[in-house]
Amino acid sequence: MAPPRVSPAGPPMLEVKALVAGYGAVRILRGVDLTVGAGEIVALLGSNGAGKSTLNNNICGLFRPFGGTISFEGEPIAGAASTRIVDRGLIQVPEGRRVFPNLSVRENLELGSYRRGRAARPRNLERVTTIFPRLRERWTQLAGTLSGGEQQMLAIGRSLMGEPRLLILDEPSLGLSPLLVEEMFALIQRINADGLAILLVEQNVVQSLAIAHRAYVLENGRVALEGPAATLAEDPALRRSYLGH
Amino acid sequence: MPDLPIILAGVINGLLAGGIYVLVAVGLTLIYGVLHIINFAHGSLLMLAMYAVFFLFKPPVGIDPYLALPIVTGGAFIFGYLVYRWLIGRFNHGRDENILLITLGLSIVIDNAALMFFTGDIQTIDVPYAGRMVELGAAFLPVPKIISFFAALLLCGALGLYMARSDTGKAIRALAKERQGARLVGIDVDKLFAVSYGIGIACLGAAACLLMPTFYVSPTSGHAFVLIAFTTVVLGGMGSFAGAAVGGFIIGITESLGGLLLGEQLGQIGISLIFILILLLRPSGLFGGKG
Repeated sequence: MAPPRVSPAGPPMLEVKALVAGYGAVRILRGVDLTVGAGEIVALLGSNGAGKSTLNNNICGLFRPFGGTISFEGEPIAGAASTRIVDRGLIQVPEGRRVFPNLSVRENLELGSYRRGRAARPRNLERVTTIFPRLRERWTQLAGTLSGGEQQMLAIGRSLMGEPRLLILDEPSLGLSPLLVEEMFALIQRINADGLAILLVEQNVVQSLAIAHRAYVLENGRVALEGPAATLAEDPALRRSYLGH
Repeated sequence: MPDLPIILAGVINGLLAGGIYVLVAVGLTLIYGVLHIINFAHGSLLMLAMYAVFFLFKPPVGIDPYLALPIVTGGAFIFGYLVYRWLIGRFNHGRDENILLITLGLSIVIDNAALMFFTGDIQTIDVPYAGRMVELGAAFLPVPKIISFFAALLLCGALGLYMARSDTGKAIRALAKERQGARLVGIDVDKLFAVSYGIGIACLGAAACLLMPTFYVSPTSGHAFVLIAFTTVVLGGMGSFAGAAVGGFIIGITESLGGLLLGEQLGQIGISLIFILILLLRPSGLFGGKG
């Protein structure tokens, strides 16, 4: 599949400006600027400890930033409760999936529409199981008994149940077999093709750049590189540090 | 050794008593399952609810304990919800151990406040149906115990259904195992912690209404039930609803047969024996997960 090279130039949905954040007294992000436009896939790349998850968790309201601003569709959301942020349709699929292991596949999906999209629950259940037929086969099974790949499908399916306007995917390819990783990236592209904006947080540089419109590279809590994905894929510095050639 | 019919009567009596134990234990196990702490204030709050039933029965109010059930249960829910919101949620600073200490402190304050305001005297209420019996084979079954048994079963069944079917119930179960995942789907974690604590205390409110027609209340009357409830929860498996239900009936029968075979004074020894055996042989309890 030919990667989309032109960004669908929508207005910015998510705008992060001069974000400073961390845990306790430790600063991890030292002034990060980032935007995600409507309909875009934006890749956020960086090695372990670069601050990717910190950025995520601050956007989603799990932590309160030390400084800077975050706005979603024009509204400031920095430090807002995670419930309010989900209400607005900014939904994260967390690293490590975080499915509810003691609940069935069906119940996991139902809780995806705990706050948003409750009225359209039956229709969205139908839609998610069309995207992931495997989940239908596991319908009454407890999520804790699913394989890693199935849990990842469930986590993404659960987030789609909330009718997200922007989806943050944190390391969706982590722990999956190479074949499943391929499938996962194809799937992300497919969800995006329906118009959903995606912030893709990944260590898997090659495949992320292949499907993203734009990308940011985070190093030591700062944006070290940014630009169209196609340009970054050719960047000598990036190739040296992440691809080894 | 007593005859078979007598033993059978003992079993039935134990089952009837077990209904209340199930109700008290379900509250304890729900709070444990969600908040991961033992609610040390459980007995004290039960005692408080029993006093509420007592005062509602006395003039000038004069409400029958069974009719008071919706009021006391609802009141207990609100009380538990507010205790979580104002006390536990505010002062735990995100650490489960602190919740343990707060509930322990709360129980000490409630017990002593009860001593101060209600004195240490034993109080009872006289309902006209207290002594009424139904004859079943060799057994004479007190009507209030039959009522309390079925009411407790009905309430536990309704609660179980609520936890299984409603969105709030599912969210509470989700929260019990995966707090961060719950936050990310937009579940208001602190609110549902308070709701869970409220439901746990509401069980005590219902139990108090069912107990008072045949039981007494004093500032220490919650203690007996806490030991039983704790044993029930450990026996059934910490955090397990089904475990609390089965455990409550086993404890009830054990206590009843223990009293029959060993006499009232030694009857309770069976409960302690079960507690020790479970800890030795199957520490995770009958319905508990591994580890």
